[in-house]
Amino acid sequence: MSGLGDIAVAVEITTGNVTPLLHEVRHALQRLLDTGEPTVIDLHSLPLAPGELAALENELGEGEVSATLNALGPSLLRETAVPGVWFVTHRNANEEITGQYLEIVKIPAILEAQEVDIRLGIAALSENLEQTKAQDHRDTQDGST
Amino acid sequence: MARLETVGEALARQGVSRRAFLKFCAATTSLMALPPSMIPRVAAALEAARRPSVIWLSFQECTGCTESLTRSDSPTVEGLIFDVISLDYHHTLLAAAGEAAELDRKQAMEENWGNYLVVVDGSIPLGNPGYSTIAGISNVDMLQETVEGAAAVVAVGTCAAFGGIPHADPNPTGAVGVGEIVKDKPIINVSGCPPIPVAITGVLAQYLTFGQLPEMDELGRPKAFFGQSIHDRCYRRPFYDNGQFAESFDDEGARAGWCLFKLGCKGPITYNACATVKWNSGTSFPIEAGHPCLGCAEPNFWDKGGFYQPLSEVEWGGWTQLGTAAAAGAAIGAASALAARSKQKKAREEEA
Repeated sequence: MSGLGDIAVAVEITTGNVTPLLHEVRHALQRLLDTGEPTVIDLHSLPLAPGELAALENELGEGEVSATLNALGPSLLRETAVPGVWFVTHRNANEEITGQYLEIVKIPAILEAQEVDIRLGIAALSENLEQTKAQDHRDTQDGST
Repeated sequence: MARLETVGEALARQGVSRRAFLKFCAATTSLMALPPSMIPRVAAALEAARRPSVIWLSFQECTGCTESLTRSDSPTVEGLIFDVISLDYHHTLLAAAGEAAELDRKQAMEENWGNYLVVVDGSIPLGNPGYSTIAGISNVDMLQETVEGAAAVVAVGTCAAFGGIPHADPNPTGAVGVGEIVKDKPIINVSGCPPIPVAITGVLAQYLTFGQLPEMDELGRPKAFFGQSIHDRCYRRPFYDNGQFAESFDDEGARAGWCLFKLGCKGPITYNACATVKWNSGTSFPIEAGHPCLGCAEPNFWDKGGFYQPLSEVEWGGWTQLGTAAAAGAAIGAASALAARSKQKKAREEEA
C-alpha cells in the first residue's frame, strides 16, 4: 500500500448542491448572452461533499481552451464543454489551492494583458532597444577605427 | 505619523505584476467572504490602502495561533497579507528579546499613535502578575499600555477571545479574554483553537481594504466567518435531516459518512467556517475526517462536558428532545438548530 488513495473505502455522500449550481450556471450564461454581464461563483463558499467538485467538473466537461497563468503560483483557466463557462483554479507557489471559481464570461479578465504591465513592458522594451542602439553605435565606431 | 506606503506600492516593490495583484485580490475577496463581484472594488481599495502598523502581543498561549498563520513556507495569500501589513512587533517572531524588543513596540506605538492595530493571542492572567510576563512586564500591564493608542484590538484564538483553555475550570491563573480588560476600544474576536488562518487574515484584509472592521455577531466575531454554524454548512447535514447517525466510530453509519451528532458533534452550536473554508489549504475539516466538531470556537468549550457525548446530554437539555427532532426530518432539524442557538445564548447569559 503506497498511500491513502489505496485504502479501499468508498463513501458516496451528496449535499444536493451540484444540480442547483448547474441551474445557476445556466441562468448566468443566459444573462451573459442577453446583457454581456459576467458571473463569478466562488466554489469555496459552498458546502460540497468530497467528490462533488469532481462530479461538477465531469458534468461540465472539457472544452477547447486551456490556459496557465504563472503569477504568485500557477493558475489553470480551463473552458468547459459549455462555451463561456470556465473552471478557474488558483494555486500558490507550493501548488496549494488558494481559490476555485466558475467564471461565466467570454474570456476571464485575468487573462487579458493589463495596462499597467503593458506600460512596464514598453519601458523595458524601450530600454533594451536603447541599449542595443548604443551597442550598435559603439560597434560601428570600433569598426571604423 | 510616519508615511506608510500603499499596499499597491508594497506589492509592486516585491515585483508583483498586475495579473498577480488581481489574483491576490480574488483570493482576498474570498478571504473576506465577499462575493466575487466585489473583486474590482477590493482591487481599487487595496491599491490605495496604506499599510497599517500591527503590534502582536502573545500572552498565555501555546503559539498554535501564530503557527496556524505562519507555518506555511510559501508565498500564500495569508503570507502576502502579512507582507503588506507592517508587523512592527511580534515577540514570538522577533529576533530581538527583552528591552530591545520592547523599544520596537514603543517606537511603533509612538509613530502610529491612534492608528495601529493590536493583535492578541493568549489569555491574560489576573491572578498573580508573575504568572506570565514579557521583559518583566505583566501581561495585563502590557495589554493596557499597548491598546491605549490603538485603533482596534483583534483577539486571535479562543484564549484571547474568551479565556480559552487557561480559563478552564479551575482556572488557576485567573485567565480572562481581552474583552474583560479592554473596554474602550473596538475588539474583534477571531476565536478557534486555533482559528482558521484565513479568518485572521480576512479581518486584517478587511481593515486593509476598507479601513474598518467587519460586521460582528453578538460575541464580537466577524459574521463573514462566524455567521453560520458548522451544522448549517456541513456536507453531512442531509444525514442529520434524514435521521441517519453514526452510533460508534467504526459502525456502518460511520463508514457510510453519516452524521456524527450522536458521537458528540458540537456543530449545531458552533459558529465557524471550517465546513466551507476547511483546513490545510482546503483539504478537509474534522467532520470530513470522521471526527465530531469539538466546538473550539465557542466560549468555555473545554468545560461543556465530554467531547464524545451528544451535546444535548452534556449541556443543552435532554437528548430525547433534540434527538427526536434530529430524526424527524429537515424542518424539525432546522428548528432544533435554532432552538440550540437560543439555548446557547441563554446559557451564556446565565454564565455571565
